[in-house]
Amino acid sequence: MNGGQDLGGVQGFGPVVPEPGEPLFHAEWEKGAFALTLALGFLGRWNIDMSRFYRENRSPAEYYTSSYYTLWFKALEKLVVDRGLVTEEERRTGKPAGACDTSLTPPGPQRARELLALGTSAAVNETIPPKFSVGQRVRVKNLHPAGHTRMPRYCRGRTGTVEIDHGVYVFPDTHAMGEGKHPQHCYNVRFTAGELWGRPGPDTVRIDLWDDYLEPA
Amino acid sequence: MVDKGLVDPATLDAVVETYEHRVGPRNGAQVVARAWTDPEYRAWLMKDATSAIASLGYTGRQGEHMIAVENSPAVHNMVVCTLCSCYPWSVLGLPPTWYKSAPYRSRAVSDPRGVLSEFGVSLEEKVEVRVWDSTAELRYLVIPEQPAGTLGWDAEQLAALVTRDSMIGVAKVSAPA
Repeated sequence: MNGGQDLGGVQGFGPVVPEPGEPLFHAEWEKGAFALTLALGFLGRWNIDMSRFYRENRSPAEYYTSSYYTLWFKALEKLVVDRGLVTEEERRTGKPAGACDTSLTPPGPQRARELLALGTSAAVNETIPPKFSVGQRVRVKNLHPAGHTRMPRYCRGRTGTVEIDHGVYVFPDTHAMGEGKHPQHCYNVRFTAGELWGRPGPDTVRIDLWDDYLEPA
Repeated sequence: MVDKGLVDPATLDAVVETYEHRVGPRNGAQVVARAWTDPEYRAWLMKDATSAIASLGYTGRQGEHMIAVENSPAVHNMVVCTLCSCYPWSVLGLPPTWYKSAPYRSRAVSDPRGVLSEFGVSLEEKVEVRVWDSTAELRYLVIPEQPAGTLGWDAEQLAALVTRDSMIGVAKVSAPA
């Protein structure tokens, strides 16, 4: 979606302001929002692409005035209802109306540490022929999907060169919307600063893009 | 969620404790120091970063698919996620607020030299600033240049010099004066 999250090239936000000696969390509730998001994620009722879509799918005004962990929490509040972990009534009152689905097995602390150390691979072990090859010139399609996408607006319609074929990966646009993994090749594509921003010089931007975003140039 | 039986409260503590005490930028510093002192390791890291980093014990969430990119006198690498805040947790831990902020995410791709100057880094015009926008599940770790005057130092001494910001690509590593 052409939402507030798609920030590349947007102007007016001012300078980057690092915070020396920054703590990992700025408040106790941030720890809770972070840990609860990961812990409920372990139950497998949604995937990372859905989480990202739930965080970004709101008005830009709200996106820009919500802190990072506020967005995480707002997304989680909606995910737990939409994906059937609790009812809307339970979410609102904070009181369980019944026991949870017995097929759900929340991991204990040791298992959680193991799961964090394992991660979740987004690579798909299937032989699917690539549509493009390293060194090939490609153009990013001029698409504006209303759902989740990982194709930044600033590269749409622009021409670049395939630098790396990463192999076969889950396609986030369908995965986020509950429409399957639609596995396909993901590539790193090199764009010059001249092509993207009209700025001469040696600088480049490298963007990871999937088969369905690209066409031959 | 706890009352409903969906979360074990001890699991919440374990998740926070993992990123407060176990997974952070010291992991990445070990990778960089090893790359500086062991050419064979460096070659492996550049070819298959996921395996080379896993061999040091750093694996897991938001580090499942790693790529190492090395700085040189001709190329300066810098990492951003313009669409959210993707970051290589397994080697750098959780990202700082500035990395997740709109000013960084908006300008890292369009005005990287301006952003670098705000971090006190100034590069010659002929140096290629190579910005990696982490739009997929690949996570990028910058291998900064080893500072002059530290040749012959061991990996432990070198790791102490490597900062988080240098592995994101918004700082250089300097030797102690």
